[in-house]
Amino acid sequence: MAQVQAKPGAPASRSRQASSTPSLAHPTPQSNPDPALNGVEMTGAQAIIRALENAGVTDVFGLPGGAILPTYDPLMDSTRLRHILVRHEQGAGHAAQGYAHATGKVGVCIATSGPGATNLVTPIADANMDSIPMVAITGQVGAAMIGTDAFQEADIVGITAPITKHNVLVTDAADIPRAIAEAFYIASHGRPGPVLVDIAKSAQQATAAFQWPGRIELPGFNAGARPHSKTVQEAARLLATARRPVLYVGGGVIRSGASAGLRKLTDLSGAAVVTTLMARGALPDSHPQHLGMPGMHGTVAAVAALQKADLVVSLGARFDDRVTGALDSFAPHATIVHADIDPAEIGKNRAVDVPIVGDLKEVFEALVPALAQEHERHGKPDLEAWWAQLDDWRSTYALGYTPTHDGLSSPQHVIQRLGELNDPESTIYTSGVGQHQMWASQFIKYERPNTWINSGGLGTMGFSVPAAMGAQVGQPDQTVWAIDGDGCFQMTNQELVTCAINEIPIKVAIINNSSLGMVRQWQTLFYEGRYSNTDLHTGHGTRRVPDFVKLAEAMGCVGLRCESDADVDAVIKRANEIDDQPVVVDFTVSRDAMVWPMVASGKSNDEIQYARGIAPAWDRED
Amino acid sequence: MTKHTLSVLVENKPGVLARVAGLFSRRAFNIHSLAVGQTEHPEISRITVVVDVDALPLEQVTKQLNKLVHVLKIVELEQDRSVQRDLLLVKVRADSRQRTDVLQVVDLFRAHVVDVAPDSLVIEAVGAPEKLEALLAALAPHDVREIVQSGTVAIGRGGRSITERALDRVASA
Repeated sequence: MAQVQAKPGAPASRSRQASSTPSLAHPTPQSNPDPALNGVEMTGAQAIIRALENAGVTDVFGLPGGAILPTYDPLMDSTRLRHILVRHEQGAGHAAQGYAHATGKVGVCIATSGPGATNLVTPIADANMDSIPMVAITGQVGAAMIGTDAFQEADIVGITAPITKHNVLVTDAADIPRAIAEAFYIASHGRPGPVLVDIAKSAQQATAAFQWPGRIELPGFNAGARPHSKTVQEAARLLATARRPVLYVGGGVIRSGASAGLRKLTDLSGAAVVTTLMARGALPDSHPQHLGMPGMHGTVAAVAALQKADLVVSLGARFDDRVTGALDSFAPHATIVHADIDPAEIGKNRAVDVPIVGDLKEVFEALVPALAQEHERHGKPDLEAWWAQLDDWRSTYALGYTPTHDGLSSPQHVIQRLGELNDPESTIYTSGVGQHQMWASQFIKYERPNTWINSGGLGTMGFSVPAAMGAQVGQPDQTVWAIDGDGCFQMTNQELVTCAINEIPIKVAIINNSSLGMVRQWQTLFYEGRYSNTDLHTGHGTRRVPDFVKLAEAMGCVGLRCESDADVDAVIKRANEIDDQPVVVDFTVSRDAMVWPMVASGKSNDEIQYARGIAPAWDRED
Repeated sequence: MTKHTLSVLVENKPGVLARVAGLFSRRAFNIHSLAVGQTEHPEISRITVVVDVDALPLEQVTKQLNKLVHVLKIVELEQDRSVQRDLLLVKVRADSRQRTDVLQVVDLFRAHVVDVAPDSLVIEAVGAPEKLEALLAALAPHDVREIVQSGTVAIGRGGRSITERALDRVASA
């Protein structure tokens, strides 16, 4: 008999490492159960509300409908839950994601059965890809009607099984508190993720004694292992002896809240650091060892550092294809240390030399002193030549852009100025997906974790506005700027109504290039400039349908327009002065601007282009 | 690709089988056979999956299976260190003239006749998959009307029990 666990360092078996699991008495970090509730008879609907309160929830995003109606009645009386009525369930889901991302707490969304639930599918898939702790509560048709193709029936548990961390159908009112307690526990422990609790209407209407579980009983759930001291020591030895080390930092560092540990490891090791799209802000961009973002649109220095590294220490990253390019030529000379809380990530895409399974916080706690020990043994490594090389790449191929030829604003300039005119200590940025997302990741300097919120894995257009709404609800004292594209904005802008009505004063910068810009860029580069279905008619010199300024005003927001570089600063300042109302700024920009550098899809990172037709000269010093 | 036999211990909860099967299909793995049943503990079911897959993707799918909340434990049972059995039922047309020939095959394979009708027999055979294949080959010249096979079930040789520790955890939880 062979235990199927091939990698050393992964838990030796499916044992839950019960000894290292944190106290089970508290389902979530924010949990605040009221013991007086236990044994009280109530409806299932009331139990849902009390359970959410017990779990420490203060804000939920949702939209009622037939199968969840019973729950909306006691919700009206709850003094601890603020419910934000969205205009589309997808908005509720992304808002819950933005909320979770900005606060580190579990985000909550509520929808009815059938179409309400299926409208949550995209945010759930998004949260699953980006490891965002979220609980989705959906109503389901009455238990007796399940399977009859009843009105607004959909098998949402079946539909979301592949895109949730866990999901469950509840048909008995007595099971509701435990199901919700477990959902919060699962969503927030181990690698975070979305959990869906589908509750039959009949269970909401039935009566049962409320029973909040004293402890969570999930024998098959792995909340995470402690990092193995042997592999940690080996990683430290490698870091102490490598000549060209790179820390490849992923979103796991943000989810773990491990930025302080990363800072220590960075300073002690002297290694180069790259932060992926999901990890922007994990280490301040101002840190001298920070080379920026790796990957398809990463900096030349970050991409080159990985390609030439002799040691890559992956920290909560998952060797995504957008980072590695052609996998077989990614970091070809590097020994790989891979630390992740999820053992399934280790060795998934790239063979790993030293695996470390564990929460990044604990990994840093172990790795930093282990590295100090190794330094005593081997001395500090001489990284002078490596840094000379890195600095050369950094200065020769710094991020930049060329002015546009059509006289319109450069989108990069708009975004850069947004970053410069807002305080990184008090501003959160969200984005949609596409060119504006890449520019926002490149040209804004992030100094803190959880200030850059975007859809990385799933790449969900329309993420920005509802995510900003959620982030603003979670962090009311921060300024929240949604950087959006004109394509993305047209997918989910209805949540600006929600923002206006509920006094959630987000700010939206539409980087309006009148087209589906990233697709258009690929058409320019790979389809001979044949612009099939990417023109959106929203920009300069078009019919401007819709007119974003009028649309903003119609939705109860302030609408501003900026059409030239000269006005950018003034408009941003004007928008920043408004704090009692959502603001939408239509930045009309050139449609011909492209995102550079770029590694074409499927190509090796070695073939990175600094700008169109310009490949870096790799080994100039040779 | 090689065949692997996995024993998957799961909590006996609704939808578990669909989740486990779904993980294989999502990664485009072909499930060769699947058998599921209760264990000595009513709260634990045991799924035996035989898959055609290389070692590396198998490791990945196993790790993904481990992440399912209702999956308690996964063990690969190697051919030579486990007992692996299938159950086969075959309906063969056999009137009085052919019956002797068919019964000879049944005897040779130590199979049983479990139903007799004037013109047909139902044969039951238990054995390793290769033995059952051989039996089917021997029956091929006859008029085989219907075949049904269980998935493979398998158990490790020797005194160790793979359910023991999983049981402890369910009991202590």
